[in-house]
Amino acid sequence: MPYSSFSTLLEDARRDSLTLAECIQNREALDSDIDVAEVRAQLAEALQIMREAILQGSKADISSRTGLTGGDAAKLFESVNSFEAINVLGPRFTHILAASMATVELNAAMGRIVAAPTAGASGVLPGIFLTLDRDHSLGDEALINGLLVAGAIGACFAAQATLSGAAGGCQAEVGTAAAMTAAAVAYMLGVENGAYADRDDTPKWENLHETVGHAASFTMQGQLGLVCDPVAGLVEVPCIARNATGAAVALAGAQMALAGLKFPIPFDEVVDTASRVGAAIPPSLRETAKGGLAVTPTAKRIACELQ
Amino acid sequence: MIRMASTRSIFDIIGPVMVGPSSSHTAGAVRLGALARAIFGEQPAVARIGLYGSFADTGVGHGTMVALVAGLLGLKVDDPRIPDSYELAKSMGLDFSFEEAHFDEAHPNTAVFNLEYPERDKQFYIVGSSIGGGNVVITQIGDYEVEATGDLPVIVVSQSDQPGVISAVTGLIAAAGINVASMKLSRKRRGADALMLLECDTQPDKSIINELKTIPQVHKVRVIPVV
Repeated sequence: MPYSSFSTLLEDARRDSLTLAECIQNREALDSDIDVAEVRAQLAEALQIMREAILQGSKADISSRTGLTGGDAAKLFESVNSFEAINVLGPRFTHILAASMATVELNAAMGRIVAAPTAGASGVLPGIFLTLDRDHSLGDEALINGLLVAGAIGACFAAQATLSGAAGGCQAEVGTAAAMTAAAVAYMLGVENGAYADRDDTPKWENLHETVGHAASFTMQGQLGLVCDPVAGLVEVPCIARNATGAAVALAGAQMALAGLKFPIPFDEVVDTASRVGAAIPPSLRETAKGGLAVTPTAKRIACELQ
Repeated sequence: MIRMASTRSIFDIIGPVMVGPSSSHTAGAVRLGALARAIFGEQPAVARIGLYGSFADTGVGHGTMVALVAGLLGLKVDDPRIPDSYELAKSMGLDFSFEEAHFDEAHPNTAVFNLEYPERDKQFYIVGSSIGGGNVVITQIGDYEVEATGDLPVIVVSQSDQPGVISAVTGLIAAAGINVASMKLSRKRRGADALMLLECDTQPDKSIINELKTIPQVHKVRVIPVV
């Protein structure tokens, strides 16, 4: 059955005394008719492909099929540990931005990526996951639990809103990617570290798990209305940069939730809002390349040159 | 707003694993090519491919053409050889060409396949669209309007438009223990040839093809696998 709402997912987990990740993996096993170990094995494989994609996409000489983009992730990575580079962010934040761009630069170069939830928004989740893995030594099991939570949050948007830029603007793609990643970060760093001991303690259990929803809500409120305006209709400009800025918003949302802040509008209502706002974005700003950055004189010149 | 109420799996969200840059213009194009190949029944010798709408306008930058050829060669959406499919086609004996296709009205991401195997006097006309997120639908095979997505195996039966043929076909399918998920029937005109598509929950055994062929009014049977 489709993921109808986050609140029912929480109720299911609570009723069966399961963590959120356990509840989601059991449900996936049931729906896909495979066992839980196979669900986790497939997610482990996805993680491995994400790792390879970041490595491949970080190469300085990578170039998209059109030659329009490539090499920006490498430049950002260089600035992470450079003494000469001007840094307004800490090295980890910069690393996350670079890693988020790397996957999408590889995507534009016809490399192999994992859509999360789409190819154009494939950078946010792995960029954040794999940088945090490095810094927090999370390990694959925790990352797989994070993927389960991210997948369920994304599935809520898929069921109640949309994941298509043509239907809901970039809010539906990078916006959803950022929201599901923020939720997963809140889960991996916040819930997993304390949830098991408190499983019988109703308010604490719920508060901890609601942190996941708050992280997604804080993130999506910052991405509502985000337009899809690809230059020359391609998944390059501004998509690659937009994955990096989406990752930044995701980190902000996760941090607010982890600090105990509560977004006053429940997550399920935020999903519904995303659906309404996405539909209200004019068609010219929904992947048609007929508005936004795509119709600037420079974009038109680029489109002309590529023809 | 398009809703994906059918999303059941988190692997629809974390996935698919694919060669970029676009799920609709690249991965979807590979699947369209693969479905056309499956309907043809083997790799064609000659493929004339028509591009319509966004496929024609943005196909080059999205690698749509190499993706369509890759699909016709039987590659999967995550195959790293997709960008090099033109060279691969040469070595595998597929002669392909592209042209612009024209429709009064069609989905913006539509491809037309004219597939041939001249030595066997075999020719197929197939139309399909990439409808988003790597999902595709074949909308026309020859003169028939159809609907095949490659998500479930499909039994395609061409038959005479006569009373009792449908129940004879479905009877044999039921006896084989195959559950039919959806069914679509179309005909050229009353009493002429008809085409039936039965989407199945499980991959049908080859023996069902021979069994269905024993029905006198059945002309051809083919199974389109999951791609």
